[in-house]
Amino acid sequence: MKSWLTGVVLLLVTAAANAQDLYMVRTQLSFPEAMAVLQETIRKHGQVVSRVQRVDIGLTTFGYKTDKYRVVFYGELDDIRQVTNQYPELVSYLPLKIAIFAEGDETLLLASSFEHLRGIYPSATMQSRFDRWEKNVREILEEVRSSE
Amino acid sequence: MISLMVAILLPLRSMAIGEQLYAQHCAACHGADGSGGVGVPLNLPDFLAVASDDYLKITIREGRPGRVMPAFPRLSDSELGALVTHLRSMAEVPAPDYSPQPLAGNAARGEQMFTKHCESCHGEYGKGGSGTGVTFSRPRDAPIVAPALSNSGFQQAASDAMLKATLLRGRKGTPMPSLSSLGLTEGDADDLVAYLRTLRTDSVQMEPDDHEVVIQYESSYDLEQTLENLKQAVVGRNFRIIRLQHLEEGLARPGAENPRTVMLYFCNFALLNEALVIDPRVGLFLPCRITVLETEQGVQVSSINPKRLSHLFNNRELDRACQEMHDMYAEIIEEATL
Repeated sequence: MKSWLTGVVLLLVTAAANAQDLYMVRTQLSFPEAMAVLQETIRKHGQVVSRVQRVDIGLTTFGYKTDKYRVVFYGELDDIRQVTNQYPELVSYLPLKIAIFAEGDETLLLASSFEHLRGIYPSATMQSRFDRWEKNVREILEEVRSSE
Repeated sequence: MISLMVAILLPLRSMAIGEQLYAQHCAACHGADGSGGVGVPLNLPDFLAVASDDYLKITIREGRPGRVMPAFPRLSDSELGALVTHLRSMAEVPAPDYSPQPLAGNAARGEQMFTKHCESCHGEYGKGGSGTGVTFSRPRDAPIVAPALSNSGFQQAASDAMLKATLLRGRKGTPMPSLSSLGLTEGDADDLVAYLRTLRTDSVQMEPDDHEVVIQYESSYDLEQTLENLKQAVVGRNFRIIRLQHLEEGLARPGAENPRTVMLYFCNFALLNEALVIDPRVGLFLPCRITVLETEQGVQVSSINPKRLSHLFNNRELDRACQEMHDMYAEIIEEATL
């Protein structure tokens, strides 16, 4: 009974429209665990983690108790080359990225949606690409959130 | 038998949906147990005792324009109901039942009391406290950022009776005192509510202006010289260069990266800290970066346009910082390319 109910719930929740311009999830995993799961999940989705960038250099000197704040860059080489060739101005938004930072014992993950770019690049190819990026990032975040 | 099963399963399903929706949409900011984070704490008994179901539903649906809390206009009525059911489960207090009648009070008297007792936390004209609450373990002065009472979302969601109940009760776990602890009376509460209703609600632009998604200039120099110029311009503005990197580094095998697309990362730690204090989420677009790309048409230098991205955060406090970042990017790129 419980699994049936859970299945219904997940289906209904997944169907719920997400109205946010930013996707943000909280996981109860500690920062190092969440970071490991995030990178593994990105790879499982066929993407390459190109770099992990620290954003926290010097934060502790400003009164923060923790300095665990990173941005994980990822993407696919062919995808990035195609976009760079067709729309060189979009290079500033590449590679794709997910921010990850600790809050106490838990970890928050954050990514931007691509809604703000959709209206400017109406071609079917770009819309389809935005769809794919959007689906990927939402699935990645959801998988990290529900990891234990 | 079937009706009995339906009677048992429907509330169970609603609770489970509410829990899932909360985890998906709310927990990131308000905490898994509602104890707060980037968002305000929701599990305080004094909050749930005065917050009506309508208040919670309107707040979720309309959000707080310009004050971080996003709107969720696409959630259905049943999903809103499920979310409220879940919120109610966070404290063992019954939902209040208010009269919809507006209160009659003396707004001029209310203003005097507001200035004396409320303004130090809620700000001039009820514009609210600064920042977004506790963030990645940074100590904060108070356990909650004082709400913007002039916010159109708040004004729309809170009834007169709910405002009065909040004033009379106060809110344990936050700096909000009860009126009686300040020596004020129920009549004073009516006057304060009357004043709160006179506050001019902010008109927050929810859609971006027609800003370009990037700041972009053609360089008069070749790639190497443009990069040198950029470094000088960056250092000249008290930024520290973090690194120079090919766009494809880490994606292509080493040595096979396109050498004609280069990213320059740089940072000013004081400014970075200032931005994170306003809103910890802006780290998504930090540290600063300018990209130089050489094509057959020439050398292009570009960065993100912070003004375009500002609206993503629904945080009015960020607008000024994003304007400054925009100007800084534009100055650096202009200096390096002209």
